[in-house]
Amino acid sequence: MAGSDLELVGLTKRYGTTIAVDAINHHVQAGTYVCLLGPSGCGKSSTLRMIAGHESVSDGAILLGNRDISRMPPARRGTAMMFQNYALFPHLSVVDNVAFSLKVAGKPKDARRREAAEMLELVDMGAYGDRMPAQLSGGQQQRVALARALITRPQALLLDEPLSALDPFLRIRMRAELKKLQRELGITFVHVTHGQDEALALADEIIVMNNARIEQAGPAREVFNRPRTEFVARFMGGHNVMSLPEGYVAIRSDGLRITDPGAPDARLDARVTAIEYQGTHVALSATIPGDQSVTALVPEAEFFDAPKAPGQSIGLCWDPGQVHPLQPAPATPN
Amino acid sequence: MHRARHLTGWLQAAPLALILLTFLVLPIITIVIVSFWRATEFSIIPAFVFDNYVFFFTSSVTYKVFFATFKYAAITWALTLTIGFTVAYFLAFHIRSLQLQIGLFLLCTIPFWTSNIIRMISWIPFLGRNGIANSTLISWGVIDQPLEWLLFSDFSVILAFVHLYTLFMVVPIFNTMMRIDRSLMEAARDAGASDWQTLWNVIVPLCKPGIMIGTIFVVTLVMGDFITVRFMSGSQKANVGRLISNDIALLQYPSASATAVVLLCTVLIVIAILLRFVDIRKEL
Repeated sequence: MAGSDLELVGLTKRYGTTIAVDAINHHVQAGTYVCLLGPSGCGKSSTLRMIAGHESVSDGAILLGNRDISRMPPARRGTAMMFQNYALFPHLSVVDNVAFSLKVAGKPKDARRREAAEMLELVDMGAYGDRMPAQLSGGQQQRVALARALITRPQALLLDEPLSALDPFLRIRMRAELKKLQRELGITFVHVTHGQDEALALADEIIVMNNARIEQAGPAREVFNRPRTEFVARFMGGHNVMSLPEGYVAIRSDGLRITDPGAPDARLDARVTAIEYQGTHVALSATIPGDQSVTALVPEAEFFDAPKAPGQSIGLCWDPGQVHPLQPAPATPN
Repeated sequence: MHRARHLTGWLQAAPLALILLTFLVLPIITIVIVSFWRATEFSIIPAFVFDNYVFFFTSSVTYKVFFATFKYAAITWALTLTIGFTVAYFLAFHIRSLQLQIGLFLLCTIPFWTSNIIRMISWIPFLGRNGIANSTLISWGVIDQPLEWLLFSDFSVILAFVHLYTLFMVVPIFNTMMRIDRSLMEAARDAGASDWQTLWNVIVPLCKPGIMIGTIFVVTLVMGDFITVRFMSGSQKANVGRLISNDIALLQYPSASATAVVLLCTVLIVIAILLRFVDIRKEL
């Protein structure tokens, strides 16, 4: 299973007059874990479904390993999709679910079952081959769905919100396993999610989408630390979007420090509106001039050395390096 | 407290239980009792003899008529299943808008606004020797002579059965199809299955409960029928239902009862066999 570069060229999806995906361009290196991140309705699922071939392409092209796959049937594209609710065939045993694509390709029963059993071993489900999907837990069903997608030896695996049906604890465990599997297989994973924490944890590269367009794309750290637009800063979270004399900027919540009002290093005066203890940090909400509200994440020891209370005046300061100027909204295409 | 809840449960079940007891269980018991009575040409004598059953099982007519009944049931089943599955498939998977789906579904039920018998009889002027079908075929030059087998034949009997009962296949199959997760079909396509392979490997297996419910409807209706066979065959064909109705017309109630008991057992055995194949409980 060698990975291939995945390239989207002016990819467009129109439903009647509404545009779900608006001429997006992007190049994904082979073997990358990419997350398509955005709020619901931003076009990320349509993009994935177009790559998979379950949605027709209105305009533009999809290239996988320099082949234009945008008009091919799903099975000939070299992609495999893992569905949000796993879409396991309820009437087939686990091993027959995994072997389904081999069955329709006309492979004899013994050979395809053997191959399916090997694939189940890969996802640690070797002992469950004879079970029916309804007898499995959510996490186990997901592993089976993963095995079923991987048995076609895809060059790119497409995952449609794969973790959203799991409980929070299992979600964190499964995402670690997805990442491990991707590293072992070395193929491209395209993972659609609306959770920024999931995207940050998994992705080599994050593509943030909004209003049918790519808002920002790049390595996870870059997207988080240097949001280009207000939308990205707000959606990734952990940032304060502020209108300051020098312009529209984003400052990370943990980049804000608290001093006394009027202190030499204070850059802004603020009034505390709420205090929230979060364990390792304390989230301090405050209003700054212009009736803007900001949040500072203060390490808890530091906070309790000089505790503040709602209503109190404080000074806010930050390092100049923490300030990221933002492009004015609305966003321009990349 | 516990006993009170117990009592409420019994009271809630009582009305339906009473109705079933009065109108289903008691009549069947009566039929079973009467089937052991003795009858002569002009009298019926309460007794406990097996004369009726002995006569029934030794008569060659019985086997011929039972064979005919099974033949009608099998052919009607095959045709209603094929047509019903196709219609349900079209409604469930090819019609995208819910309104149109409901509209077409109601269209299927329109024939049911008239009675069974009227729907049957209205075939007669169509299929008769000088009927619309024959005269049209002759005027097109397809045939020179009117087709005799169109009416009062096995053909017309089965045609009427299919016309009357196809909807009983469409409804349960459509119902199971609507419950199939659409992403299963995408998953099948993703795995490289053609439309036919998706149909055989995914849709048909998942429709089995609906097919089975429809099968039970059609098989029981056809096996218990007598009026369709009488009208559409012009009294030239027989099935078990007609055997019973003839006995009743001759006031041979014990003999009719024995036949009815055997028919009831036969149908129950058929259903029991069908239920071995598919678990329909999850559909109910």
